Amino acid sequence: MAGSAPLVGILALQGAVREHAAVLQDLGARVRGVKRPSDLEGLWGIVLPGGESTAIGLLMTEYGLREPLRSGYLPTFGTCAGMILMARRIEGGEPPWLGILDVAVARNAYGRQRESFEADLEVGGIGQVRGVFIRAPYVTEVGHGVEVLARDHGGHAVVVRQGPHLATAFHPELAGEHRLHAAFLAGLDGPAQAPVGAVAG
Amino acid sequence: MADEGTFRVKSGLAEMLKGGVIMDVTTPEQAEIAERSGAVAVMALERVPADIRAAGGVARMADPAVVREIQKAVSIPVMAKARIGHFVEAQILEALGVDYIDESEVLTPADEQYHIDKRAFKVPFVCGARNLGEALRRIAEGAAMIRTKGEAGTGNVVEAVRHMRTIQADIRRVLATPDDELPTLAKEMGAPLEQVREVKRLGRLPVVNFSAGGIATPADAALMMQLGADGIFVGSGIFKSKDPEARARAIVRATTHFNDPEVLAEVSAGIGEAMPGIEIGAIPAASRLQERGW
Repeated sequence: MAGSAPLVGILALQGAVREHAAVLQDLGARVRGVKRPSDLEGLWGIVLPGGESTAIGLLMTEYGLREPLRSGYLPTFGTCAGMILMARRIEGGEPPWLGILDVAVARNAYGRQRESFEADLEVGGIGQVRGVFIRAPYVTEVGHGVEVLARDHGGHAVVVRQGPHLATAFHPELAGEHRLHAAFLAGLDGPAQAPVGAVAG
Repeated sequence: MADEGTFRVKSGLAEMLKGGVIMDVTTPEQAEIAERSGAVAVMALERVPADIRAAGGVARMADPAVVREIQKAVSIPVMAKARIGHFVEAQILEALGVDYIDESEVLTPADEQYHIDKRAFKVPFVCGARNLGEALRRIAEGAAMIRTKGEAGTGNVVEAVRHMRTIQADIRRVLATPDDELPTLAKEMGAPLEQVREVKRLGRLPVVNFSAGGIATPADAALMMQLGADGIFVGSGIFKSKDPEARARAIVRATTHFNDPEVLAEVSAGIGEAMPGIEIGAIPAASRLQERGW
């Protein structure tokens, strides 16, 4: 498979799937919508899009995707709700969904839709990025091995990386921003090997 | 530095709701049922459309106390309805911090000539439409999300289908029209030329388009998704049915797996009786909610 275009899944249970697909395809990746465990086969990585984390989490659990994804074998890029799904801890006592990113997050951290905003941010290794924050979370606590690549104007971490996993509190896919997706793709080096038994047929 | 209420921030929330189900609720308990069934948002109301239809009289914005209780009960977005043209109801809903305002024909219009100037608000608006011209007029006024009107409170999907097919057919017509003929087509549709050009450039509506008005079963929801809806509003269909929680769960799953008949068969089984339906022909023209707005 070396040399061929990366095959990236987008969790397609609910949310802004189309926008991520457009960015990834622009960058030369092959894209597959993921609704069932069998869709994970052969993926190099997966994007967890923005949407409603509760709805996506419930459906992910029910349709057998939570178990394989929480093993963390698949490099994962989460935006907004995706970041919440990846977090090890969610403020307010809601149980975590995947726990593959050693951070705590606060949901709707900036407030309601009325308080949603866009702003320019400086992202480490990338430069200035227009961040579109929609009922967005932010990171309240960062574990060892987690690198903070950007902070908002209040100093909260909003872009974090841990090993092959990347997460943003905002939506690069809504701003025509390709560099974060490119950074994620750069870390993929072939089909990820599922741990034995993690992917059911 | 930080810009609130930009069109991207407004339409962006609708993009995040895609593939999901938005449910009408009248109490915090119903809102909790909706959230744990997988709804992506709730519409806070005093009465669902079937009851509004039965009660007659003037239907208005919900009591702010009802909206507040529902906001406290759930963490998913809370929407609420304002009357067409009633910009003060919209100001009140914005002050309450609702996440989306539905300028809705389900309520009695407050202005028979002008819709709300939706650009004046930081909170985004969703509006109903029966065809592309109507959708683009609303978008020109600042709507960040469209839903087909259907015929609310009937449990009859036929009007939702008609409106979705009409919008899709209108879009195909725009795509097939050469640029130099677009001004005349725009005039014919009653749509701003700039918006018509945008549809041609994108190959679709410039904002998300959900389906609403008469969806009562998981199969109805999947039908609308296969016809090209970005997501589903269910009004009376859930809490007027025999087993609301089972039906809410089934409609959410049918919306996600709308292309998978095996899942649809599974989720449609044993969920109790749907709400009673109304034949559209049995509703006098003056009582059809879809005729409100222009």
